[in-house]
Amino acid sequence: MTDVATFTPQRSTVPSAGKLEIIIGSAIIVTWLAMALGAQWIAPYDPNTISLMDILKGPSLAHPFGTDHLGRDVLSRVIFGARIDIWMGFIGVLAPLVIGVTIGLVSGYFGGFIDTFMMRLVDVTVAFPFFILVIAIVGVLGPGLSNYFIALALVAWVAYARLIRAEVLVLKRAEFIDAARALGYSHRAILLRHILPNSLGPIVIYAWTDAVLVILAGASLGFLGLGAQPPTAEWGVMISDGQPYVIQAWWICFFPGLAAVTLGLGLILVSDGMSRRMRIVQ
Amino acid sequence: MQQLAYIGRRLIQLIPVLIGISIISFLLVKLSPGDPIRLLLGPRATDDAVAAVRITYGLDEPLLKQYFIYLGNLLAGDLGRSLRYRIPVSDLIVQFLPRTLFLIAYVMSLTLPLTIGLAIVAARHQGRWLDQVIRIFSILGMTIPVFWLAVLMARYFGAELGWFPVSGWGSGFMSHLHHLFLPALSTSLWLIPLLVRNLRGALIEQMESDYVVASRAKGLPESYIFRRHILRNSLLPTLHLLGVMIAFLVGGSVIVEIVYAVPGLGALMVGSVIGRDFYVVQGLTLVYAIGTVLVTLTVDMLTAVIDPRTSA
Repeated sequence: MTDVATFTPQRSTVPSAGKLEIIIGSAIIVTWLAMALGAQWIAPYDPNTISLMDILKGPSLAHPFGTDHLGRDVLSRVIFGARIDIWMGFIGVLAPLVIGVTIGLVSGYFGGFIDTFMMRLVDVTVAFPFFILVIAIVGVLGPGLSNYFIALALVAWVAYARLIRAEVLVLKRAEFIDAARALGYSHRAILLRHILPNSLGPIVIYAWTDAVLVILAGASLGFLGLGAQPPTAEWGVMISDGQPYVIQAWWICFFPGLAAVTLGLGLILVSDGMSRRMRIVQ
Repeated sequence: MQQLAYIGRRLIQLIPVLIGISIISFLLVKLSPGDPIRLLLGPRATDDAVAAVRITYGLDEPLLKQYFIYLGNLLAGDLGRSLRYRIPVSDLIVQFLPRTLFLIAYVMSLTLPLTIGLAIVAARHQGRWLDQVIRIFSILGMTIPVFWLAVLMARYFGAELGWFPVSGWGSGFMSHLHHLFLPALSTSLWLIPLLVRNLRGALIEQMESDYVVASRAKGLPESYIFRRHILRNSLLPTLHLLGVMIAFLVGGSVIVEIVYAVPGLGALMVGSVIGRDFYVVQGLTLVYAIGTVLVTLTVDMLTAVIDPRTSA
């Protein structure tokens, strides 16, 4: 009882640290998710309908974000673009996360030759600037979103593997792991039920920031013509489409970029808030 | 002595990394779904001609032997030939490299003073409104697509106000400075927030360490402690920043070179990817990786020289 009594006031000194960030961040993310999922009902126009009567019209009541060089409604394209860019962030984080966590768990837990080999592979992969290696792989495989995902699976797992391995190295010396081993649990059960749940914290925080990197890199590839292909409404592709007309029609470039900034802001806020809360718990 | 031993060890560690880099760049072209010889000879080449070239390039050998041929060529400075430009890849890289180096140096000279200044202000006002403002900007900076910033800046400062050119790189030093100002500024504006975040944390860690508390207890004035103790001990985190920067800088430079049509390595890279000029892509990837490794190595060595404790 005394434990609880002394513990509670300590925590309440900073009860709200990070909470505000998480709330605002989640609200932004949920809004974007809703727009992506409900795009066909929310967007005022079809994102790909060309209207030669409405070419390069500025923002107005009929077209709040204006129209592009083919008369397509920019607002509708931004809303539909959320589908592609959120999808990109989701798959682009999930695939490397699963690969990296598996490799990090196994190599940290068992050590030995596998560990040495994997960590050498990590050292070599991080020697390449991330974006260069992604461009090179996408370039060799051919432009397109699926090849971007392949490139990420090949390159981006290293960060997760490193993070989780560092956790595993500490955890595997913990008493409760010894206890589990003494009770005769298999390696598999120890890894999945004891080590994995206890080592996910840093991974979860990093994943939100990683989503921003993945979305921005994907949009950059779209901009360079190596990611999603026109006429797909993807934010990077839209900025690339608008670039030749940017002097007369700034809105074609401006709004897709603003969309990326707001979505990124939501993700970073959640990540920041979570890492602040983690520090308090510790 | 200890430092020399550390540097020696660090150089030996470099060997497996360099070998790994060569393996990955070798495998890169092997990933390609098409046949590079077909690309080289064009669609109308006969099967016999393709087979003949395949033998001269050693592409009929087993994979491992092909790798050793590739490695041998690398050590002789031969990166293969460009399919588009019809000249050796190494000549092409040497020709495009100076523009990218100029851009990178330019970005660094804009970025470092501002980063250090802002990080100091943020750290000294930790938790107060000025720090919060800087923090909000640093979060915003992480979410800004650098190509978007570059396109908008080209439009406003280049086209609308007409202060700066928006493409090419000019001739002569002053003209380079003028042409590359917007590319450098947009990269720098995107980079500064990331770095301020990093350095601010390191500075705060210094400010909360025991020796600062001790100096305060001795009654030294706060500004003296900051100048003589905290700043000096922040040299290492700043140096470390250079290592963090380089990969971002290289990635950012690729995109900014495309937006502003600067004929540098990044523009060459993207052009070669689109033109399916695989040996140039391979050579550039290798050069970028070796460049990054060398920067990291230099940072580590300088760190060891400045602070012998790190070389233990």
